[in-house]
Amino acid sequence: MSDYKVSTKNDPHTLDKHDPANVTNPEHAEHHIVGPATYLGIFAILMLGTILTVVASRLPLGIFTAPVALAIAVTKAVFVVLFFMHVKYSTRLVKLTVAAGFFTFSILVIMSMSDYISRAWGQW
Amino acid sequence: MADHALTHDEVVAPHGVHEHPFYQKHHFETTEQQREAAGFGMWLFLLTEIMFFGGLFMAYLLYRNWYYDAFVSGSNTLSLSLGLINTIVLIGSSLTMAMAVWAAEVRKQGALVMYLVATIVLGCVFLGIKTVEYKEKFELHHVPGASFDISEFVHPTDKAEKPLPVDMANKTQIYFSLYFAMTGVHAFHMIIGLGMLIYFVVKARQGLYTTGYVQPIENFGLYWHFVDIVWIFLFPLLYLINRH
Amino acid sequence: MSTANTIVNLPDQRTAKLPKVNYINKEHGLLSWLLTADHKRIAMLYLFSITGFFLLGGFFAGMVRFELLTPAGDLMAADTYNKMFTMHGIVMIFLFLVPSVPATLGNFLIPIMIGAKDLAFPRINLLSWYLYLGGGFFTLASLVLGGVDTGWTFTTPLSTHYLNTHVITTATAIFIAGFSSIFTGLNFIVTIHRMRAPGMTWFRLPLFVWSNYAASIMMVLGTPVLAIAIVLVALERTVGIGVFDPAKGGDPLLFQHLFWFYSHPAVYIMILPGFGVISEVISTFSRKRVFGYTAVAFSSVAIALFGFFVWAHHMFIMGVSNYSALVFSLLTMLVAVPSAIKIFNWAFTLQKGSITFETPMIYVFGFIGLFTIGGLTGVFLGSLGMDIHLTETYFIVAHFHFVMVGGMLMAFLAGIHFWWPKMTGRMYPEGMSKFAAVTTFIGFILTFFPQFIVGYLGMPRRYHAYPAEYQVLNVLSTAGATVLGVGYMLPLLYLGWSLKYGAIAGNNPWQATGLEWQIQSPPLTENFIEIPIVEQEAYDYEWLAHKTEKEVTTVG
Repeated sequence: MSDYKVSTKNDPHTLDKHDPANVTNPEHAEHHIVGPATYLGIFAILMLGTILTVVASRLPLGIFTAPVALAIAVTKAVFVVLFFMHVKYSTRLVKLTVAAGFFTFSILVIMSMSDYISRAWGQW
Repeated sequence: MADHALTHDEVVAPHGVHEHPFYQKHHFETTEQQREAAGFGMWLFLLTEIMFFGGLFMAYLLYRNWYYDAFVSGSNTLSLSLGLINTIVLIGSSLTMAMAVWAAEVRKQGALVMYLVATIVLGCVFLGIKTVEYKEKFELHHVPGASFDISEFVHPTDKAEKPLPVDMANKTQIYFSLYFAMTGVHAFHMIIGLGMLIYFVVKARQGLYTTGYVQPIENFGLYWHFVDIVWIFLFPLLYLINRH
Repeated sequence: MSTANTIVNLPDQRTAKLPKVNYINKEHGLLSWLLTADHKRIAMLYLFSITGFFLLGGFFAGMVRFELLTPAGDLMAADTYNKMFTMHGIVMIFLFLVPSVPATLGNFLIPIMIGAKDLAFPRINLLSWYLYLGGGFFTLASLVLGGVDTGWTFTTPLSTHYLNTHVITTATAIFIAGFSSIFTGLNFIVTIHRMRAPGMTWFRLPLFVWSNYAASIMMVLGTPVLAIAIVLVALERTVGIGVFDPAKGGDPLLFQHLFWFYSHPAVYIMILPGFGVISEVISTFSRKRVFGYTAVAFSSVAIALFGFFVWAHHMFIMGVSNYSALVFSLLTMLVAVPSAIKIFNWAFTLQKGSITFETPMIYVFGFIGLFTIGGLTGVFLGSLGMDIHLTETYFIVAHFHFVMVGGMLMAFLAGIHFWWPKMTGRMYPEGMSKFAAVTTFIGFILTFFPQFIVGYLGMPRRYHAYPAEYQVLNVLSTAGATVLGVGYMLPLLYLGWSLKYGAIAGNNPWQATGLEWQIQSPPLTENFIEIPIVEQEAYDYEWLAHKTEKEVTTVG
């Protein structure tokens, strides 16, 4: 069988968000389709960021080398998350989930590094 | 209220009484619920990936802090141009993957297949370049293990490079361990992704994802973008520590 | 109103029969079980397998206690003894405690408790079980190949450089079992968020669901860090990457940061589902709603959150900076608060309740006493000055066994007994089960209380020999272990017996609230004849009284 047929009943695009069968979209998030224009725009921004980070690595920024590189990378990642991964148009739950992931990662890094950094402070 | 025992057939409605799309599983009430659940599940899986890579980033952060000079020297042996090309290629593959999701949503089957294939091609280019880079590292004896050679770092052939004392030069092995571990785990995730993309191309050509059943493409897109984000961090952290 | 001192309400045994159609007899054949998507069947598969691994872990415990009968290391070589306690820890933690309540009771009950037909991802649920078996397989492989003796904590550089036992095989086992855990947690989170029946709001959920939800969050966020720690140990052992090797510039403590980042939340992963069981059982056998529902629900989530902030209290003597130790010690004091909140709320649930002492309730009382002691000793250990003397002694061993065995295992047994009639349709013999529960309690105290004393007096853990003055307490402990073993063997026997000869339980032998008690025992594969519309709060005994007028429909 090479073709799939589908019934249009209960098609999510036709199902009323107030239909009682729609039990679990309590936030009634609109299903937003992101188009090619947006994607191309974001791609351009990401390319800009890539060039920028290479240029920045060639500049004598001293102790700011790492923060600048990370800031650019974080900005690029934010664009990917918001637009390529549609989080800007997603439910609060998804946004919270993404935040929880990065929060937990930051706990791992910050609390471990605080041990390493404070070792140099001596006994008391 | 029911004071007779129901027969089995009364309990389980015969298939077809409640019509729903072929792709809706029986334990879901609506396709929207299924789609939301699948998306949420994929995000939770990506959380585990954040924490998995997170451990490696933690190790990297520590040792870059401790052995900065070794990390600089190690980083400078990587090819900036190959890394840059790979970054552009991978972000490009994210673009084509995002376009594939769009094509599935607007039910353009030809475009969907084209974008999925483009993503595969770009992914293969990335892995091809990575293979070239790895091969070079093998040849230069920069692979951690018994054959690791630090002479390049103690007496650099490139005059612009700073020579390292022997004990710091030895620490370049930690840099390369993290380089191979992080890019290796990343590449492993890409290989799995490429395998799944091949499956999706086959099914897309049969028309499966242009029926309203977008969620597999959508959720795979999330996975692919995540792999891209990891690389967005790996590129400056591994290649661009100090390039001036 | 009967004045009997039990609330058990069984159907007339002369005419009672099991429902003609239920999830057990719906399909036949081994493959229908091995390839099932039904969360209830998967739960039973898990119950069967974790029982097997519990016996294995118990065997290792027996070996440890047997050796410790005498001060000299005369039963086995030191390395062999190291293998015994290592395998005991690994099997009991990863193959028993972590999956115990979530994979058996959680899998079985969560969809029913929220009014759903199954978990969100049934096939991933089945995959979880196979991954669990994979972890079990590699553990057995490691055992057969000669075992591993690093301690369950795999401390580097011992595990990476100084031992040539089967570390990588065991690490693989834990890696695979970890994914089993991750997928179970993922499944629960999505299910609880997205599959609740109409009217089942968050604050109408049974507290069992809240506890498993909090544990699932920790499974998803914490386990991957253990995975990467294990991968790095494997790479260090094979390739020699140097990431934990001081000679190459690595820091062994980095492993411990990554390891304990998971392994501390892991102890909450293990206990939280047990807390959930306690809430359900204590309410039922006090005939009263849980006091302070919101506080208990939020305290579960608080434990999940704070549990991620305290891991270095396992590393106080390992070389972390004093400032860092100070911060972690303070946070450890804070994390005790939500657990204490629960104990207080359970105590107030009991107050002015109509308490009866069926077997699950006996286990609950045992839990409350033993977990409180264990938890308080945890606070002692969180204090830096105390920890320097008490860590790596038998005080720690006693502490975690009080919370894990006196706490979690008792909660697990409480849950198994409480929901046994629902899962199997049969009642277990009450007299025998009460005897087993009391035996377990006495055996436990005899085994582990002396360990607090002997640890405080200075006996180190993980040593196969000890100074002669500790022998009396050790003999007491081993004697207690024997009693404890009897207490654990009895349920295996009478629960098995009950499958064929137990009384027919009917739908709601405990007259409990909760959606699972409003359907037949054992349930249908689809759980509900029609999806319920929920209008009542959790633990609403008035609603139950009103509902009991209507008969629950049974198929058959």
